[in-house]
Amino acid sequence: MIVEIVISACLVVSGVFGLVGSFGLIKLPDPMMRLHAPTKATTLGVGGALIASMLYFYFVVGQLSFHELMIALFLFLTAPVTGHFIAKTHLHLTRKPGDLPPTAGDRPWASYESDAERARIEAAAEAEGDTAG
Amino acid sequence: MLRKILPHPFLTLLLIVVWQMLVNKVTVGNLVLGTILGLIIPLVTAPYWPNRPKLSSLPRIVEYIFIALWDICVANVQVAYVILFKSNANTHPAWISIPLDLRSPEAITVLAGTITMTPGTVSSDVAADGRSLLVHCLDAPDPDAVRDGIKARYETRLKEIFE
Repeated sequence: MIVEIVISACLVVSGVFGLVGSFGLIKLPDPMMRLHAPTKATTLGVGGALIASMLYFYFVVGQLSFHELMIALFLFLTAPVTGHFIAKTHLHLTRKPGDLPPTAGDRPWASYESDAERARIEAAAEAEGDTAG
Repeated sequence: MLRKILPHPFLTLLLIVVWQMLVNKVTVGNLVLGTILGLIIPLVTAPYWPNRPKLSSLPRIVEYIFIALWDICVANVQVAYVILFKSNANTHPAWISIPLDLRSPEAITVLAGTITMTPGTVSSDVAADGRSLLVHCLDAPDPDAVRDGIKARYETRLKEIFE
């Protein structure tokens, strides 16, 4: 009885956050802000469903099920990478270096440094390493 | 001697646990198969990680994971509030530049991943010299506070774990 309430609560929480995440995709005005909405669906949204599944299989079906943890692990490994790809694409297509805050060092953000410039700096650093060593 | 058979004991342990999770049933047969995989895969892949980072103290890693999970729950509610109850005109998105004290690429990757998984912040780019991280915030009236919060909460802990 109590278990059923807890499982239902987890499912409701996961559904609500999935819904709010999707609503955020419609409501928020620009691509970078929209990128924030799906991160909610992949964390608490999926997390709630996974916890509900584990509880259900352990208490109702009576068998220990833990490959849900695997799903969570894979999500935590892959979601930041896709988010990073989308952000990078957005930077390359629509932003100029002047739109962004400056870096702490001399070199620019990696998206805006040309390959030739990078090769030159790396060659210089290598040559310096040779003379120092 | 032990180093030769087990070049990467954590990876061996992780592979055994992951194998049990994939099969979703702990039996003696699965444990044996998992152990065989856990012994062979680190040996075969050893050339791919010549300079692997040294991780210190397991309790700190567990602490970091739980802090990140808790922050994810809190931030979920905050972002839900922003989406549902704040008008777009009243939301202040901001780019912030976080100067990094971390040097090891693995530590920076974990930090960037944590920032992205926490709703409300997405790490978007890294400086060409790897010394700053570009983060986009959904609603940050005070960008400096967000930057200091990330540095104090995650970066100092990662520094202890990785260095």
